[in-house]
Amino acid sequence: MALAAFLLIAAVALVSALGLILKRNAVHGALFLVVNLGSIAALYLMLGAEFLAAAQVIIYAGAIMVLFVFAIMVLIPGKEETGPDPRRSYRLLAAPLGALLLFELAVALAARRGAPGAATAPAGSVEAIGRLLFTDFLFPFELTSVLLLAAMVGVLLLARRRA
Amino acid sequence: MDLGIAFGRVAFVMLFVLNVGGLLTWVERKQSAIMQDRIGANRASIFGLRLMGLFHPLADAIKMLTKEDFRPARADRFLFTLAPFVSVFFALAAFASIPFGDTLHLAGREIPLQAITLNVGILYVFAMLSLGVYGVMMAGWSSANNFALLGGQRAAALMISAEIAIGASIMGVIMVYGSLNMQDIVRGQGEPLLPRVFGAWIPAWGILTQPLAFLLFLTAGIAATKRIPFDMPEGESEIIGYFIEYSGMKFGMFAMADFLESVVIAGMTTALFLGGWQVPYLTAGGFQFPWGWTLGLPHLLVVLLQVSAFVLKVSAMIFVLMLIRWTLPRFRYDQAMRLGWLGLFPLSIANIVVTGLILLVGRS
Repeated sequence: MALAAFLLIAAVALVSALGLILKRNAVHGALFLVVNLGSIAALYLMLGAEFLAAAQVIIYAGAIMVLFVFAIMVLIPGKEETGPDPRRSYRLLAAPLGALLLFELAVALAARRGAPGAATAPAGSVEAIGRLLFTDFLFPFELTSVLLLAAMVGVLLLARRRA
Repeated sequence: MDLGIAFGRVAFVMLFVLNVGGLLTWVERKQSAIMQDRIGANRASIFGLRLMGLFHPLADAIKMLTKEDFRPARADRFLFTLAPFVSVFFALAAFASIPFGDTLHLAGREIPLQAITLNVGILYVFAMLSLGVYGVMMAGWSSANNFALLGGQRAAALMISAEIAIGASIMGVIMVYGSLNMQDIVRGQGEPLLPRVFGAWIPAWGILTQPLAFLLFLTAGIAATKRIPFDMPEGESEIIGYFIEYSGMKFGMFAMADFLESVVIAGMTTALFLGGWQVPYLTAGGFQFPWGWTLGLPHLLVVLLQVSAFVLKVSAMIFVLMLIRWTLPRFRYDQAMRLGWLGLFPLSIANIVVTGLILLVGRS
């Protein structure tokens, strides 16, 4: 039962990731990414990390991607209006970099093979994550909030100059 | 057997939300008619039977299903068809973790009266509500119509500002009851409020412990349903909106999604602020009045009373939502944005700070 559910969700995740890369239409690609983020949330849910799953859906699928889709719909013209890709040369770099990433992942996975199932169930609960954030990871947590604050102030400044 | 019980729980919630949502088309007409001193829809009849216009939702459904299903020539075929389904799906799914009763003990089994039991139930409802915006945005974009696109973008902007206010206002409730599990929050509202001052007289319902959050949540919740006074994504007099190219049942599904979201907002308000399925002074064993009377009741009757109390409270909240919908005129787009970002959001942040301070003082 659990295996069947996993296979189904994993298939959805893979297909949506492929769709994101292969679709020429930017809106379709962005919507595929939403599906992908949702299926990753479902995988979190299967691992017992309910809070992570909810946060993934609310923050990534529900907030960030809404803004992405919003921006794409407003700024990027339809299929027939796009000319040849101006950054075609960058694509040559993509293949070696992708191969490098694949190699890194393979090395990382091979190194971890000794300890399968290391993720214990309660690690994804609200209490566990809250405790970790405010004890072991307090410094990075605060740094992130300063970063977000700086980004917010920057946005306010830019928006104000325009008006 | 277990699968059957799970199926029953899901079916109950789904049928409840769908039927109440369908009934709302009738409530909307009749309540507005009464408020405006009219008679309202009463013509649909079966063999001369009219039942105060109750057949009108049925007639509507038949009409919508038999109308031409039109699609603009330049529309994105797949997304154009998918959009109304996405809207309805997330509106329907959102109700799943709202508890409609306490645990039911039946034949040695413990059945939680909730479609899905999640430790982060409140976040689940929130997540489903926030995904609903994709249906609207997809509809606006795929119609290949600039007015639809404008409507979709207005809807997205409105729903994001509403969701932020919803998320920030429920934070106070989570802090007071100390849980993200909606069942725990409802149970916490059965405890007496300030027992040293009031004794066991007043239950600690969310509306009493978090009055400001209640108002903020209700306002943001109405905005999230995109209904008047927050219907600027449609705005008939200006842009018609994201569903301008839709007809037949696909159009009906967008209207239905708004009604379903009203039911979800009413259910969430009930669960978070009005004590959920709690009946005042009713405990698991029966009534225990603070003036000393007790009245023992069998378990099944207690559960039945609690579920009825939940349905009654949701209906009352829907009545209030309808009252607001037929009382206020539509906000202008910039007014709604200002209300969301400069009114609701800072107030809910202030509510979190004040709640935290009071909890800190109360504990020490």
